[in-house]
Amino acid sequence: METKTGTWTEKKGLAQMLKGGVIMDVVNAEQAKIAEDAGACAVMALERVPADIRADGGVARMSDPDMILKIIDAVSIPVMAKCRIGHFVEAQILESIGVDYIDESEVLTPADEEHHILKHNFKVPFVCGCRNIGEALRRIGEGAAMIRTKGEAGTGDVVEAVRHARSVIGSIKHLQVMDDEELMTFAKNNGAPYELVKEVKELGRLPVVNFAAGGVATPADAALMMQLGVDGVFVGSGIFKSGDPAKRAAAIVKSVTHYQDASILAEVSKNLGEAMVGRNAAQMPESEKLAVRGW
Amino acid sequence: MRWLLKAESWFMKIGVLALQGDFAEHISMLKKIGVDTVEVRLPKHLDGLDGLIMPGGESTTIGKLAVAYGLMEPLREFGKIHAVWGTCAGAIFLSRDIGRDQPLLGLMDIKVRRNAFGRQIDSFETDLEIDELMKATGTEHPYHAVFIRAPIIESVSGNAKVLSALEDGRIVAAQQGHLLATSFHPELTGDTRFHEYFISLAS
Repeated sequence: METKTGTWTEKKGLAQMLKGGVIMDVVNAEQAKIAEDAGACAVMALERVPADIRADGGVARMSDPDMILKIIDAVSIPVMAKCRIGHFVEAQILESIGVDYIDESEVLTPADEEHHILKHNFKVPFVCGCRNIGEALRRIGEGAAMIRTKGEAGTGDVVEAVRHARSVIGSIKHLQVMDDEELMTFAKNNGAPYELVKEVKELGRLPVVNFAAGGVATPADAALMMQLGVDGVFVGSGIFKSGDPAKRAAAIVKSVTHYQDASILAEVSKNLGEAMVGRNAAQMPESEKLAVRGW
Repeated sequence: MRWLLKAESWFMKIGVLALQGDFAEHISMLKKIGVDTVEVRLPKHLDGLDGLIMPGGESTTIGKLAVAYGLMEPLREFGKIHAVWGTCAGAIFLSRDIGRDQPLLGLMDIKVRRNAFGRQIDSFETDLEIDELMKATGTEHPYHAVFIRAPIIESVSGNAKVLSALEDGRIVAAQQGHLLATSFHPELTGDTRFHEYFISLAS
């Protein structure tokens, strides 16, 4: 019997297993254990959460492989790690140490301001951020097997996550009512590969799993994103920058499962302590926005 | 629809455990074969069901949520009388022993090892000759199986029997009466034979 690894079905499939779940940013093995115990479906291993990357400034790069390996050893759930946009060597390194998913992320400082990684060249699957349908389909065209709407990482302000999710989902709905004659122009106007535009119209959704990210800080934020129609959520700074990370993490996990049940959402929202301080994304100068990175 | 009479499935209502994972993929497979479905998140959602599928996902997440919302005992009671099928994480959740501490239903006499093939880059697809399945569905072609960070069934005991194994002997599917465990994901293929087989156990 013939056995194949690293196929498109395998890459997309792992993201399908994460659906209805919460992927949490962690900076060490101890936090990874807290996340797993709270019910995270995966963790994102990185040296600094986005709120600290913002505060520290400078160049943000791939994390130390040794630190990622310690997290891999600490938990039984999938471990993701970030590389810089266009930095295919960081991606090769992450693949070689056995991370389960690579996030080619705008949260790190881009290594290439024109090109993303050709993700089809890898056996490990990739997730990429997007603000709209065109960006989502360009990333899928390059081989991303999972998409996340970008939001504005490290702010604790959900407004950009909502904007990006509404944009992607709104465009998908728009495609449903378009004539086939209109699809090429839609592809041109959105900078999206035509074949993928056709596929989205047929499927009525993106051809890969789509999570929300960037600014989710409360159970209500997470449930809001789920009700808008995403498949799951990433929570970055929102957990370990809050007053009681373990409790907040468990509450957000529950809110993603029971996103349609307001009485459960009320219950899990009680007594969570301080949310992360947060930063108003609307008042942020354009130069500080991470979401604009990506081409 | 081969051996499965469509009329039979019209009267069926199958639940899919919707705590976390690829439950929507199972629901769309069941719809393909004309079965009515219900998403199960709370004990009350089990009422009136003829069977239950527990999807792929993260078994630790699913276990914690099942404990938090009082589903453990209701699921055990349900599985004593009704058909239950677990795929991947669902199979882990059905098992009696996985050699580590996490919530398990313990309904099937199988010992399972999580992430038995390694990390995601070791995940694979392969064809399986599953006699029971081919016989029941009157088909001759192998079943294309998708394994994702998959567990293996290390051993079966009691009334559990092996349904399928890899060429090297590692067990990847088992059955115990009306209970079914697969370490791969039939919901990720277009092939509905496993879902049809499960419906035959539920009727």
